[in-house]
Amino acid sequence: MSATGKKFESVSFAIVGSGGAGALTVGSILLEAAGKSGLYGIMNRSVGPQIRGGEAAAHVRLANQPVTCMAGSFDLLIAIDWNNAERFAAEMGLSENSLVITDSDGADVPEVIVSSGAKVVALPIKALAKAVPGGRENMIAVGLAAGVIGLSVQDVMDVVRSKLARKGEAAVEAGRLCMDAGLAQVQDYAARYGVDPTSTNDGRWLITGNEAVGLGAVRGGVRFAAAYPITPATEVLEWLSPALAKVGGALVQAEDELSSINMIIGASFGGRASVTATSGPGLALMVEAIGLAQASEIPAVIIDVMRGGPSTGIPTKSEQSDLNIAVYGCHGDAPHVVVAPLSVADCLFTGQWAVHLAEAMQVPVIVLSDQSLGQARIIIDKPANIAFFAQRKTYEPVVEEVYSRYALTADGVSPMAIPGVAGGQYTADGLTHAISGRPSSKNEDHRDQLDKRLSKINDFDYGDHWAEIEGSGDTVILTWGSIAGPAREALRLLEEDGTQVKLVAMRLISPFPKEALLGALEGAKRVLVIEQTHDGQFKQYLRAQCDLPGDIKYFHRAGPKAIGPTEICTQIRDWNIS
Amino acid sequence: MNVPTKTAFKPGDYKSDLTPVWCPGCGDFHVLMSVTRAMAQLGTAPEDIAVISGIGCSSRIPAYTNCYGFHGVHGRSLALASGLKVARPDLTVMVMSGDGDGFSIGGNHFLHACRRNIDMTYIVMDNRVYGMTKGQPSPTTEPDWDSALSPGGTGLNPFQPLVIALASGANFVARTFSGDIKGTAATIVEAVKHPGFSFVQILSPCVTFRPDEKEWKKIIHDASVEATDDAARAARRIMTDDGFNVGVLYRGQRKPYGNHVSDTVGDLAMLDEEFVL
Amino acid sequence: MSDTEIKTKSELLVHAYQMEIEAQDRYTYLADLMEVHNNPDLVKLFRKLSWVEGLHAKHILEQMGEEDDKDPQPHELKWEGGESPEAFDLAEADYLMSPNGALKLALEAEKNAYKFFADIVETTTDADMKTLAVEFAAEEKEHVELMQAELAKYPEADWPERDDMDEAMSQD
Repeated sequence: MSATGKKFESVSFAIVGSGGAGALTVGSILLEAAGKSGLYGIMNRSVGPQIRGGEAAAHVRLANQPVTCMAGSFDLLIAIDWNNAERFAAEMGLSENSLVITDSDGADVPEVIVSSGAKVVALPIKALAKAVPGGRENMIAVGLAAGVIGLSVQDVMDVVRSKLARKGEAAVEAGRLCMDAGLAQVQDYAARYGVDPTSTNDGRWLITGNEAVGLGAVRGGVRFAAAYPITPATEVLEWLSPALAKVGGALVQAEDELSSINMIIGASFGGRASVTATSGPGLALMVEAIGLAQASEIPAVIIDVMRGGPSTGIPTKSEQSDLNIAVYGCHGDAPHVVVAPLSVADCLFTGQWAVHLAEAMQVPVIVLSDQSLGQARIIIDKPANIAFFAQRKTYEPVVEEVYSRYALTADGVSPMAIPGVAGGQYTADGLTHAISGRPSSKNEDHRDQLDKRLSKINDFDYGDHWAEIEGSGDTVILTWGSIAGPAREALRLLEEDGTQVKLVAMRLISPFPKEALLGALEGAKRVLVIEQTHDGQFKQYLRAQCDLPGDIKYFHRAGPKAIGPTEICTQIRDWNIS
Repeated sequence: MNVPTKTAFKPGDYKSDLTPVWCPGCGDFHVLMSVTRAMAQLGTAPEDIAVISGIGCSSRIPAYTNCYGFHGVHGRSLALASGLKVARPDLTVMVMSGDGDGFSIGGNHFLHACRRNIDMTYIVMDNRVYGMTKGQPSPTTEPDWDSALSPGGTGLNPFQPLVIALASGANFVARTFSGDIKGTAATIVEAVKHPGFSFVQILSPCVTFRPDEKEWKKIIHDASVEATDDAARAARRIMTDDGFNVGVLYRGQRKPYGNHVSDTVGDLAMLDEEFVL
Repeated sequence: MSDTEIKTKSELLVHAYQMEIEAQDRYTYLADLMEVHNNPDLVKLFRKLSWVEGLHAKHILEQMGEEDDKDPQPHELKWEGGESPEAFDLAEADYLMSPNGALKLALEAEKNAYKFFADIVETTTDADMKTLAVEFAAEEKEHVELMQAELAKYPEADWPERDDMDEAMSQD
């Protein structure tokens, strides 16, 4: 139940097509239209290995309350064609309550779809499109879906118009005629899976995780970014480039990741909050310089949009397997901060928070986003403007005082002189140094500086932001990052069944918030630890850092198959039975 | 697998059965044809050829051949290939990647591979864009080419691969156009045969992100002068190049890198001698 | 540079055969390519064209003798401009291409093939070669007509020009 007391309702549909059919565009149009009508929603996609013309499936879930993950099953599947669609079949989760619309003139429905028991309706999609001058099959599909889901025709048409306007009025008209033709075909199924909005669109946003994390960084005070393209992080950088230019900042396209990380450290040394974004292979290249930023105490934010690994891995799919390299990747003792957004909306908050943490503690902060957040498109309530902003402790020269860049202080953070400030000159160095910043191999200096850099991050007050805690009970789901989405959904499903479960979704990964976590787990009899890695990187991290209470179960799996809410429910339900 | 008993190879012998995921119309299809024709003309068995690549659309090529292949990490194909050739000088080593992989992240390795002059052939399929990541400027992109990452263009001078290759000591430097399959094949044959580090830049249009490059076939022209073995002369020529001259620019006489692993078994005991009191 | 003149009947047979084989292979390749890129109309068309070229090739093979090289190296062939006149330019392929568009390009190729033989008819002084060239030119003319007939079966109006509303996918 939501705050309004209305029951949560959602509908999930998929549009499949290939060879330039434009299936993904259908999903985008419907998501946007639904948003205008006051629904919430999320879209992700599954594609073949081709760069163009591949088989593609748009997955869309609409709901009357905010949603952050797919349901794991689909109510409606519309196939513009079935070319190579077996690829998607395993992910469909169709049942006898589902509806499949296929082209009566097209190929046979794949066996795996038929055997799900879904109701199959054959309609003349191609013929209908042909009957309209300039008609497109995917626009027929827009009408079909809009009808079956009961979306506002006006809202859908507004979006269709905006998408086709640049091709001219004839194209817009053709789109309208196709949509109407599609609607007319499904009158028997009108609003079969309808979800009524329970609120109006009051300035909501349509955004992806990659855009959100970029905006978060800029809101946090970032004015310099360095970029090297890599799937699935390129969109962060492509969003930042014009955005920074608008606010007086700058983005430089680097020749590689070694360069981009060093560029942002340089900019930060100069006093500008800076960010870069990459994925696993790029982060692997950056670790030496991240160590440099750690040792020389220069703030930097590194966004890692995780993808399937190891090595080149599966660039287009999601995983959480960069945990180890994010936490442990630097050589030497180089503790730093690692945070992980819990949803697409949280990418905005966590991006902004990361900048704040980096600047406040003069430390590199790695943000572990992932492809499932980064490339998901979602409708969210307008995000609040939060107060976190870069606040670097800077040095104000005092007459006669000799500046010690790395002076030992109560909170471990030393005032940082920004170039241009007379009397503050120092040489930043990765070499172990004395408080002056001058290289020193003395035992006390090395120990003092290591202590300082460890205590500054351990003693920092992270407030309540270390995790999101929901629900109640002595069975706890413990997870981190994007798994929070399916876990929250599982909580809701279990609650509907009368099973009370608590969720602890960690946003702060390193330094390990041991006290806070053990506090949140107090009284737990059963703890289910969930992550998307092959061999349990999070499991091993937890066990190294603390002793979890109660009976522990570990559920981990590598990508590309996302861990879904129903699977999580099954893990809990099976456990309770025993 | 059947061990071929014939002595002459055909281009088809070097093609694997994997259909490329390159967009139909991509220049790299022609490059694949040229490369397999060149291999057939050289008469080297597929198992004696190693095709090394990095990351990007062009770098997908090893799996489309029937040779030994290595689809390495981004930008490091020359390093992989250098290690391989020194360890196995008997192999024909061909390195193939794109302009982003080769001249951006791979730029440093490019300089030093030319310097080191190990006997191998480096083919760069230059489409002046990062295709695989959906259209960012590459080092060879024109300064005013608009993109999401660099709105209005980078404003930077394009990287000049032939100039850099020449200045860094490459022993064979050439440029071809993918549309000229026969000419490209002939140049590749020459490049492989020529000792030392051979560099061939193949202008290969990207049909998806640079549709303007369809015009290239109209402006490509044969270089008006013959190749030279005088580096200074070659340097003067290339500094006034319009980017669309095709042909062999330079055939050098430098001795190729001489350090190799051999199969001779040495006497390990002699290593002990220096430690004996 | 090697000379690009075909001088004997044997050479002509070799080139005529390679022209058909090359065309057959091209169309098979294009069919595979269009299969991967989900253009089933083109898959069907290209497989058909490949089969047709295969028949032509077989017909020429039957005319070839022991001494005629049935499997020359591509670089030994003497095409003017480097490529077989009947070769469909891969650079012109497009995953959104219609059968009509593809056939227009195939027709171009057949016309080039016809011209190749017609030119030899004009210029050769070898009587045997001329006879053969006349025969092949006539056959290519038939192929041109075949292509035009095919083209008529796939009117442009049936496959209006398309554009892809979805973005390209980055895979690496």
